Amino acid sequence: MTAVTHDQPGPQALSPQEEHRTDTVLAARDDARGRTGRRAEAMPYLPAASSPYVPAGVDPEGLVWAETVAGGNYTHKVVAAGTHVRLEDVEGTACAHLLLFNALEPWERLNVADTMKIPWQAYLGAGHPLLSGDGRVLATLVADDSGHHDGFCGSLSDAAAIAKYGACAPESASPSGRSLFTLAAAKHGLTPRDLPPSVSFFQGVRVEEDGTLTFTGSAGAGRSVELVAEMPLIVLVATSPHPLDPRPDYTNGMLRVHAWRGAPTAAGDPLRDTSPEIHRAYLNTADYLTARGL
Amino acid sequence: MVRAPGRRSGPDHRGRRRQPIGDCLLFNADDTDERYSVPDTLAWQGNAYVRTGTVLRSTLGEPLATVVANEVDRQDTIGGACSKESNTLRYGHHTLTEHACRDNFLAEGSRYDLGARDMVSNLNWFMNVPVEADGALGIVDGISGPGRRVAFRAEKDLLVLVSNCPQMNNPCNEFNPTPLRMIVTDPEEHR
Repeated sequence: MTAVTHDQPGPQALSPQEEHRTDTVLAARDDARGRTGRRAEAMPYLPAASSPYVPAGVDPEGLVWAETVAGGNYTHKVVAAGTHVRLEDVEGTACAHLLLFNALEPWERLNVADTMKIPWQAYLGAGHPLLSGDGRVLATLVADDSGHHDGFCGSLSDAAAIAKYGACAPESASPSGRSLFTLAAAKHGLTPRDLPPSVSFFQGVRVEEDGTLTFTGSAGAGRSVELVAEMPLIVLVATSPHPLDPRPDYTNGMLRVHAWRGAPTAAGDPLRDTSPEIHRAYLNTADYLTARGL
Repeated sequence: MVRAPGRRSGPDHRGRRRQPIGDCLLFNADDTDERYSVPDTLAWQGNAYVRTGTVLRSTLGEPLATVVANEVDRQDTIGGACSKESNTLRYGHHTLTEHACRDNFLAEGSRYDLGARDMVSNLNWFMNVPVEADGALGIVDGISGPGRRVAFRAEKDLLVLVSNCPQMNNPCNEFNPTPLRMIVTDPEEHR
């Protein structure tokens, strides 16, 4: 077997095995180590401060998570209370499906119905709290220059992905959001029982008077949303098309994630007092964290 | 438990007052990991409201039940269930001791090894939750009335949890819970 590198292509097409010398342990080790330092369009950046895409105004040294996520993929992280999480639609074709769990008691999790009902507002935008089913704020949406989001349609189920694209498995060309969430959840010991309805960012939906759900698509490339974790959170993100996306091809571009250290929304912050309901939601969160010694 | 196929069950309310609300969760009786999914139901039909013909879909995107008859303009599935905790947000901490649908779901669910992890967004038979043009959403005066009915047919063997909403702080049930009648028809009679 002859070792051939990409810099020195052989005279003829080579099978993958022929491109690598891996006939002994040491050769295999050298071959594996030879991959060090390669870059991919979608990848995490470690340490996060080394991100090539640090958002304007953010101290790189404060970054705790920096990643570009491919369409049809997923990412996940446990973040401390106060962490700011920024999601950016790089190409204008991303759809970021989000689930949040209390990292201390993950059966407390995002409740989409309460997130829309309690603030008396179905459409997500800056200042909107993401509520759990336990009357507490998991995170606050503090910045949004897209406005094209959705809490009605969730992510693609397996059956919907198969009906529309012919396949749903995570390794297929058209992963369902559900299959991606299932994997992301499994990394934290969570199972399909733990997957409630999700919200999605960057592809919009509006409700007509007769209830018709109208897809309004993207607000364009480079738009972002920023969340603040109000308690320690398990964050799951799946990137897959919006269920109402009319494009026949599986269309889902890159998502960029940056997160950095910060503080939860503090008492006295106007965001905590936008309404009496929201004020009490922050009170409940503070009560919970105080009793836990956090 | 409601058996499929072709079996039909129907909450029906004949309260002395106008409108009790039936908060409802559906689970595949053979595998409760598969359960009712609001987003799959809405996205599949492209409409935010439940009416005759709506297929009530599961987390797998598959039909759990079909609404086969309905005597109100639209049924709600976006308003979620009341809980003691959300009552503290909506009305104040003085309401924490009141009964709530989420507790009813947890109490009944516990008989089937279901718990907080199994609580998902639900159906609200006879509740009225309009979404206005600017996204304003809320529970408002009902569009139901005495004797109005809805019927759905189980497409799989189902575990059905229903809470006759005990809410006393909003107009979903006119601030006054009243009886809700539910009739489960033997599927053999519909063959």
